[in-house]
Amino acid sequence: MSSVPVISANGLNLTFQTNDGPVHALKDVNLDIAKGDFVSFIGPSGCGKTTFLRCIAGLEKPTGGEITVNGMTPDEARRARAYGYVFQAAGLYPWRTIGGNIRLPLEIMGFSEVEKKERVMRVLELVDLAGFEKKYPWQLSGGMQQRASIARALAFDADILLMDEPFGALDEIVRDHLNEQLLDLWARTEKTIGFVTHSIPEAVYLSTKIVVMSPRPGRITDVIDSPLPKERPLDIRDTPEFIEIAHRVRDGLRAGHVDA
Amino acid sequence: MKSVLPIVTVVAAILGFWVLAVIPMNMHLTTDQAQRDGLVVTPETPAERQAYSGLGLTLQNTSLISRTYTLERPRLPSPHQVGAEMWETVFERRVTSRRSLVYHGWVTLSATLVGFAIGTGLGILLAVGIVYNKAMDMSVMPWAIASQTIPILALAPMIIVMLGSIGIQGLFPKAVISAYLSFFPVVVGMVKGLRSPDAMQTDLLHTYNASPAQGFWKLRLPASVPYLFASLKIGISASLVGAIVAELPTGARAGFGARMLVGDQYGQPLVTWAALFAAAITAAALVGFFSLIERLTLRRMGMHAA
Repeated sequence: MSSVPVISANGLNLTFQTNDGPVHALKDVNLDIAKGDFVSFIGPSGCGKTTFLRCIAGLEKPTGGEITVNGMTPDEARRARAYGYVFQAAGLYPWRTIGGNIRLPLEIMGFSEVEKKERVMRVLELVDLAGFEKKYPWQLSGGMQQRASIARALAFDADILLMDEPFGALDEIVRDHLNEQLLDLWARTEKTIGFVTHSIPEAVYLSTKIVVMSPRPGRITDVIDSPLPKERPLDIRDTPEFIEIAHRVRDGLRAGHVDA
Repeated sequence: MKSVLPIVTVVAAILGFWVLAVIPMNMHLTTDQAQRDGLVVTPETPAERQAYSGLGLTLQNTSLISRTYTLERPRLPSPHQVGAEMWETVFERRVTSRRSLVYHGWVTLSATLVGFAIGTGLGILLAVGIVYNKAMDMSVMPWAIASQTIPILALAPMIIVMLGSIGIQGLFPKAVISAYLSFFPVVVGMVKGLRSPDAMQTDLLHTYNASPAQGFWKLRLPASVPYLFASLKIGISASLVGAIVAELPTGARAGFGARMLVGDQYGQPLVTWAALFAAAITAAALVGFFSLIERLTLRRMGMHAA
């Protein structure tokens, strides 16, 4: 935790020019994310949590302040393929099999045939989809499709995994299951994960660090370092520690609303 | 097989209407002919009969109804006459004969296919240009739309004559007109198809730092395939129409268009009708062929046919 942060934002500002005037999507955001952290961004819609994730990915250009990823600008980091990005929808290509979809980034990045095959097998195993390589997306359930899209983001071994409400469209039972799997995957791969969500239990269950944000202007109102152990069975959600953190997150969200 | 019944019903209704329409449409000609053959017709003079409508005259001469179906040069041929003419000109003539519809069909079809290939190629190239080049996006589309507002019947003779004056004759000028009609649906469909990937999918490629060329081959082109097939089906039938229209104004001696014109000019409605139906069947076969290719391709690509 003492080493150089993997992601570091300093006085980050982002203003969108819209027809209704400027929108302050991010205001004075300061945040350090250490290697191996699981960081959740939580807040109501319009709080800039997705925008911040997109800034890390170099998909949005900040209008002020500084942000570095692996010590580089986000754009350099993007070109160095420093991160895998998982979107709200699985967004698998319908004309490619599951294996073909996972091979897509590998083709673009010019991996060898042998390596492609080996990596596809490995990440399919990692997301518990072994044997589904030759299936088409429409043959899979929504949860399985989202797992395939996570496998696609893992395939090229970036150290950072950015996830924008990846389980938002799934029902709660599937979601619980995928959360468990994600923690397991995180423990095995030791990646740094940035995870956008609007679910308090999900944020508390998954994260080592919870970033509470509020809207108009989008800003950070609280950063909570979770005292929960790394090993987290689902029923940890009934422990007093868990409930206490959830309370603090809720208070942070409420505070953000009052002075907005 | 549930779909067979509605289709048969509609076809039967059309045929029934056609068969009934033959009677009043041909009654004037039939009464004239019957009178020459020495039969009793009411009223007696052609001038008096002209005052009647076809239906009115039919009611006066119900005994002549069966004769309306056997005129040699009817105003409206009956289905069985058209069928017999088609049978004769398709199956009972050598395909190299000038009286064979297969021969004329091939003349039109070859121009159609060449024109369709040119039009499709041009359409895809223009669509790629429109999607990737801002200037082309602003400039090409209005011209493409304007090109389709000019009646092809007015334009076709000009193209044929102009190309003829520089020594280009035969198949190619017809193919040009086919291409002129078929490039447009391909442009429209392909522009839509190439632009069909949403922001998330282009963002995804951006996170991989993919080149524009990779974006084209791996995302935009495959995403446009369903749109392309929809366009091809419109384009191929437009091509056929183009080739036929190209044969009309120039006194072409072969092709469906030439047959239609000959039938008209020499008072042989059966020839015209047979050519019309042969053209329609050819168009249906071409569209059916592309539907089949579409289904096979999309299935191979793992997508359902739209």
